[in-house]
Amino acid sequence: MHIPYTIHARPDTGLFNAKLGVWLFLASEVMLFGALFSSYVLLRIGAPSWPHGFEILNIPLATLNTVVLITSSITMVMAWASLKIHDFARYKRYIGATVGLGFVFLIIKAFEYGAKFSAGIYPSESTFLAIYFTLTGLHGLHVVGGMIVNGYFWGPGSRMWHTEPERFTNRIEVAGLYWHFVDLVWIFLFPVLYLL
Amino acid sequence: MAHVAVTHDVHEAIHHTEELSFWRKYVFSLDHKVIGLQYLITSLVFLFFGFTLMMLMRWQLAYPGQPIPIIGKWLGEMNAPGGIMLPEFYNQLGAMHGTIMVFLGVVPLAVGAFGNYIVPLQIGAPDMAFPKLNMASYWTYLVGGITMLSSFFMPGGAANSGWTSYAPLSVVATTGQTVWLIAMVFLITSSLLGSVNFIVTIVQLRTKGMTFMRMPFFVWAQLVTSFLLLLAFPPLEAAAVMQLMDRLAGTSFFMPSGLVVAGQILDVSGGGSPLLWQHLFWFLAHPEVYVLILPAMGIIAEILANNTRKPLWGYKSLVYAAVFLGFMSFIVWAHHMFLTGMGTVISAFFQTTTMIISIPSVIILTAFFISLWGASIRINTQMLFALSFLPMFGIGGLTGLPLGLAPTDIHLHDTYYVIGHFHYVVAPGTIFALFAGVYHWYPKVTGRKMSETLGKIHFWGSLVCMNGIFMPMFIQGLAGVSRRLYDGGQQYAHAQGVLQWNEFMSIAAWLLALFQLPFIINFFLSLKTGKKVESDNPWEATTLEWATPTPPPHGNFARPVEVYRGPYEYSVPNHPTDFTPQHVPDPVKA
Repeated sequence: MHIPYTIHARPDTGLFNAKLGVWLFLASEVMLFGALFSSYVLLRIGAPSWPHGFEILNIPLATLNTVVLITSSITMVMAWASLKIHDFARYKRYIGATVGLGFVFLIIKAFEYGAKFSAGIYPSESTFLAIYFTLTGLHGLHVVGGMIVNGYFWGPGSRMWHTEPERFTNRIEVAGLYWHFVDLVWIFLFPVLYLL
Repeated sequence: MAHVAVTHDVHEAIHHTEELSFWRKYVFSLDHKVIGLQYLITSLVFLFFGFTLMMLMRWQLAYPGQPIPIIGKWLGEMNAPGGIMLPEFYNQLGAMHGTIMVFLGVVPLAVGAFGNYIVPLQIGAPDMAFPKLNMASYWTYLVGGITMLSSFFMPGGAANSGWTSYAPLSVVATTGQTVWLIAMVFLITSSLLGSVNFIVTIVQLRTKGMTFMRMPFFVWAQLVTSFLLLLAFPPLEAAAVMQLMDRLAGTSFFMPSGLVVAGQILDVSGGGSPLLWQHLFWFLAHPEVYVLILPAMGIIAEILANNTRKPLWGYKSLVYAAVFLGFMSFIVWAHHMFLTGMGTVISAFFQTTTMIISIPSVIILTAFFISLWGASIRINTQMLFALSFLPMFGIGGLTGLPLGLAPTDIHLHDTYYVIGHFHYVVAPGTIFALFAGVYHWYPKVTGRKMSETLGKIHFWGSLVCMNGIFMPMFIQGLAGVSRRLYDGGQQYAHAQGVLQWNEFMSIAAWLLALFQLPFIINFFLSLKTGKKVESDNPWEATTLEWATPTPPPHGNFARPVEVYRGPYEYSVPNHPTDFTPQHVPDPVKA
């Protein structure tokens, strides 16, 4: 059985199925993180006092993590662009770098968490720390999810390149959209939690 | 002749379908129709289970403190010592009845079962856009459902803070609440996978000539529903994550400072907001109401057009009303919260939006009523259910208006009036529509019709009993009887005048169960003994699902279909038959 528009765009919508699918998925993700950001706003305006993020959190490490994540978004685009010019070896290097940078992000994050826990700072301490750990934790899970997908396309999933190159390129584009979204969430998290 | 054509098509289709093992064909199937049937069976089982919980509760309400006959001793000493139900167990049953009916019964039945089976057929698609996601959606739902039921075996039993799980009560509740939250995360994931799949399918896989304004109203209803599920569920997921944090990591998202539980100040950091939970919960749960009702309206539209043998009145108005309804449903949620003290300005805003959202519902219902005007109506079981849907949903909708206005809601809030109101919408409303859908599409799925006699017993019995249960609730509610009383209001002086209704309602509920037996018997017996259909289109309908072989094979259509006209071209003048299917080209004019 053949499902149409899995590879080529439907003329009147200009989209192939997975691309529309991932955009819808991202819309729902916006609502997920949007609800948490709204909760942050509501809790903060209702609180008699609210700590400044920079008094508690480690800004240099978070800045470094911002750089790491933005770089990984660039390598993700480069991976897709490499497939567009049919350079599979270059694709492998870039998608590998994306996964690697995801690891670096998580390791730095683990250092941050570890330092907090060893200093006896837990989510139950205050509503600020509660929302900090919930938001960054959920974002961390999204990073892990993206790494699993990208890791699959770096390893066993990349075999599809040799049989259906166009479809594989589409998959990388779609995975990239998700990865950029995860990056974008961090771009919002960083100032809201660390700087304000 | 038609019969020969059927067998030929089926034969051809079988040739094209690769042979699949039993497991791949019926259990881990990628076919949207098999997945739809899996959803149908599973959600019907959950629906009857949720109803059973209510029947136990109705015993306690009718005869408080008396041992439950026969099954009382099976409920366990923890829940019902000597067959007498404990208040804690009553609370568990109440919370689980609501949860199961909404999240495991009606929504999966309306969207997962009917949407899955019918939508790809009605738009002329070979399957859903993402068959593997579709399968994942069903299995995630099943895991979520089983997790939800397993909470009965937790220490302290199942979740017992109502289906709304209001904080802070739910945060300090027993372990069952944690399981409830985890199960909800599974169910939300399942609905996310499903809704993405539905929208992509409807936007991308419409066959040649199937423009948006030629789609049957049922497809429109499913499209709007999918957007509601896609965008309204994630905030509840966020809320569930926060409540899990509150329960497991000791955070205080929903815990105010200085909260006293059992005479002691809770050892939490405080500073959280119980209102935040309500906002996030109702941000989902109000659109959820339209998730419950829109697919039902879609089914009713199909059945009305088919059995009035004339075009649905105001197709465009129906479509625009449904889209507007979907949009508005995102900005009415706080009308569930007038009593929380959130302020008159906010109340005024949400009252206004609530009055506005009643307009599209009235447009839809009015269009359905006008569709009946001047029709030579064909009365069969599905049409009886569809016809009774109109006044029943009407009662449900109109009784909602006083709840949408703060001054009247203050009196009625949390009384049996509210229960009566939303059950009229969902039970003789949505569930009647779903029954109608089963009778209507059964011949397409099985090649046989269901028995009309058993169907009519099912219909009349259900109609009388449903009203017998829910109409007295308005009387009790107006008298001020609260909805969550373990003894049905015995302790309250103001309830004494209306207490006699409790027994009446309970007997009606048990009779309703009895009248579901003809349906169950009919459902299974007709597989073997039902009257065989003589063509692929036994109801002489116009939409595309009837253009498939019976039952539709994997891949659906025997040959590519093209659409030439709108969905409800019945009784077109100067046409030889009183129906003109969407896929039949106009005769070439000489």
